[in-house]
Amino acid sequence: MLVEEHDKTCKINDFKPGKWQTEINVRDFIQNNYTQYEGDGSFLSKPTELTINLWEECKNLLKAEQENGGVIDMDTNIVSTITSHKAGYIDKDKEKIVGLQTDKPLKRSLQPFGGIRMAQGACQAYGYKVDKEITEIFTKYRKTHNQGVFDVYTPEMKAARHAGIITGLPDAYGRGRIIGDYRRIALYGINRLIEDKQEQYKSIEGEMTPEKIQLREEIAEQIKALEEIKELGEIYGYDISQPARNAQEAIQWLYFGYLAAVKEQNGAAMSLGRTSTFIDIYIERDLKNGILTERTAQELIDHFIMKLRLIKFARTPEYNELFSGDPTWVTESIGGMGINGKTLVTKNSFRYLHTLENLGPAPEPNLTVLWSINLPKGFKDYCAHISITTSSVQYENDDLMRAIHGDDYAIACCVSSMVVGKEMQFFGARANLAKCLLYAINGGIDEISKEQIGPKFQPIKSEYLNYEEVMQKYDDMMEWLAGLYVNTLNIIHYMHDKYCYERAQMALHDKEVKRYFATGIAGLSVVADSLSAIKYAKVKTIRDENGIVIDYQIEGDFPKYGNNDDRVDSIAVNIVKTFMTKIRKHYTYRNSIPTMSILTITSNVVYGKKTGNTPDGRKKGVPLAPGANPMHGRDTNGAADSLSSVAKLPFNDAQDGISNTFSIIPEALGKEESYLEELTINFDGGCCKTILNN
Amino acid sequence: MKKIEGNIHSFETLGTVDGPGIRFVVFMQGCPMHCKYCHNPDTWSLNNNKIISVSEILKKYDNVKEFMKNGGITVTGGEPLVQIDFVTELFKSAKEKNIHTTLDTSGILFNKESINKYNRLIKYTDLVLLDIKHINDDKHKDLTGYSNKQVIEFAKYLSKNNISIWIRHVLVPSITDNENDLKELGKFIASLKTVKALEILPYHDMAKEKYKKLGIDYPLKEIKPPDKNQILKSKELILNEYKKCLQENT
Repeated sequence: MLVEEHDKTCKINDFKPGKWQTEINVRDFIQNNYTQYEGDGSFLSKPTELTINLWEECKNLLKAEQENGGVIDMDTNIVSTITSHKAGYIDKDKEKIVGLQTDKPLKRSLQPFGGIRMAQGACQAYGYKVDKEITEIFTKYRKTHNQGVFDVYTPEMKAARHAGIITGLPDAYGRGRIIGDYRRIALYGINRLIEDKQEQYKSIEGEMTPEKIQLREEIAEQIKALEEIKELGEIYGYDISQPARNAQEAIQWLYFGYLAAVKEQNGAAMSLGRTSTFIDIYIERDLKNGILTERTAQELIDHFIMKLRLIKFARTPEYNELFSGDPTWVTESIGGMGINGKTLVTKNSFRYLHTLENLGPAPEPNLTVLWSINLPKGFKDYCAHISITTSSVQYENDDLMRAIHGDDYAIACCVSSMVVGKEMQFFGARANLAKCLLYAINGGIDEISKEQIGPKFQPIKSEYLNYEEVMQKYDDMMEWLAGLYVNTLNIIHYMHDKYCYERAQMALHDKEVKRYFATGIAGLSVVADSLSAIKYAKVKTIRDENGIVIDYQIEGDFPKYGNNDDRVDSIAVNIVKTFMTKIRKHYTYRNSIPTMSILTITSNVVYGKKTGNTPDGRKKGVPLAPGANPMHGRDTNGAADSLSSVAKLPFNDAQDGISNTFSIIPEALGKEESYLEELTINFDGGCCKTILNN
Repeated sequence: MKKIEGNIHSFETLGTVDGPGIRFVVFMQGCPMHCKYCHNPDTWSLNNNKIISVSEILKKYDNVKEFMKNGGITVTGGEPLVQIDFVTELFKSAKEKNIHTTLDTSGILFNKESINKYNRLIKYTDLVLLDIKHINDDKHKDLTGYSNKQVIEFAKYLSKNNISIWIRHVLVPSITDNENDLKELGKFIASLKTVKALEILPYHDMAKEKYKKLGIDYPLKEIKPPDKNQILKSKELILNEYKKCLQENT
């Protein structure tokens, strides 16, 4: 009801009514009010003078940061909360959208709730020192997520973690991968959201089971977070208790929600959601009312994206090694189709991508196009154009994900899909299946440390590997690994909820949230090729003085994953199915739904370092292939066969995503005039194939 | 009828530079010429065996056909017409499935004696990428070891039989970029009626490694690949001459 009143006072009552007025339902608002756009990118505007100047200042800051070894400044004595800092600006008079993580641009905030040692380590790496008193508080008086986890880990879990058969676990850093529905703040204003949460709070009564107590406590925290987000607005001079009245406010309100999230959480992926089409509704209205022009509309978007480019966290060098850099994964999902067959592409989908031209290419925010065969041609062509000129766009298969999540989902991190405000996931890093195969061969002894890490099963004693025997032992070892892995994650997420709860982000979710338990695997192609070598060629074991297999000799040739050859592709498919089935056997925290991903995009390098020689001929330390990629150079029939091998992997058993990193030199895409269309066709090919297989 | 098999080098399942659209490219073994700039010397010999049947190739095509919109099959090599019977069979079967067929050839093996074979081949060929190595016969001999007479004859034959042609010409600085020769080439193209496109392919030296592995001395050690401007300039030279001729003829 508040919305209508507010609309009246602002004399803006031209939003189409719908369910969104009586319940928190952003999707309904979008569906009722958005204007699809099927034209091309010719309407777009160049950056304004203001934008150019402001971005120049940002660039100088970013450059200074780089020259300074990665960091300009760090907080050492203020614990970051939603309201911990006074207002900070890049250049106050120039900024159309305001708000920084701390009081100065690029100054890294101090976030010790995940773990004080991680926070200390991050500071130390850049020559800073966390304030003594804060260290004391978070050591003596306030337990952290990291401390909670290590209090409970079993010796077996610690050993497996140390050996790297399960790795990258979010036990010392924020799990991330949760997307608040930041649009809610713009559409409803904070007050209405608080009312809604209060209703939810009241509704949890009766027998006080641990589950109910937990939920009541969480919602109480969420309400406090909402109050603080309102205060954050006030710090910057905005009253966000009420709905946004125009596009500038809509972006600003939404951004305050996001800012609150990154002030509280140094998560492995802090994604934005799916905001472009939502914002377009406000822009369209402002354009009609003469409040904005295309130029000033683009200016707002440019300034918003600029802010997202400055999101930074304090992280340790080890963390950066695992993720190959300092990624924030501010993923924004753009485009896609509605379940009614109408495209969700709006002019604002173009404007977001256009920032890559106005501000230049950048990896963050991670602009992700939800690709469908049915996207309007004008948009497809524009995507192709932007991809060619900036190489900064990610594409994901909307036709596939829409079938599972409907049409208001977004991507967290690189591929994890979830319905905005209704679903979340427990990020689970990955289990190294290549190493698991080596454990199967060596009876649980680690091939590098030579320690007994896995269960002491019978090792393989024969000189030549026998496929049936290896498979039997591998199956047993995967059974062990799946159990250990799931239970390790159960501990991590229990403790994360307890000591580092994402109250701001969860305040922008429904009461009943669908939770995914996102496991992952690494080394799939190494396993597939290894098993193929064992099956189709002869693989001789080479042992050390204690009989532990440390290397392999392959006699003869064997089919390799990545050539659309069913003999080996079926092995890969089978491994995915088998491991997922084993994962599903176990209890998962908060009855979350187990999923799996095959998407090590950067950490495959680190995993490779921790994996000894493998039976496919890969040498110790050589990186595993990223995600579901074939091993480098083994796909010899060109891209279509290579992609087809990957496309055979069952999405139902790897719902959290399958990645295939694919690069191509521009010359290989044909002649310039045929560029655009060919790129379009290329993506459609990938889409079709995947659908056919599911 | 006996099952015809081909001796092939490899496949490229997402070919974008050999004909229109995205194509399934079959690289055939065997080539009588040994062009100095050849980047596939590993396809010269007929002894590098990978034997495959027409139906196996079509099955492979079928596996990736979703990628092939606006494309089809291209046969290249090597010189595919070393195995003309196989190519004909492949194209015949492809056309039965309505797949666009493109033949990438030097035309060097064309001869009147086997005209029946050629007549049969072009029945199933949608497009020929005709690689004219050099318009000047002496220089052609020097570059490839063969006269270009058969190439010229083949081009005329295609034109007469109304088969679409894309002319290709590899630009090698100091060898195939002589201004007069390029003009001559333009003139010749203008005399053909079915040329749809002209592609100037820049010579590149990425095959050096292959030569090393095969133990063959790399013939063009001293020559650097052309830059973009040289390519554009050469293309313009050919096209200007081509247009001039067309205008004179009308």
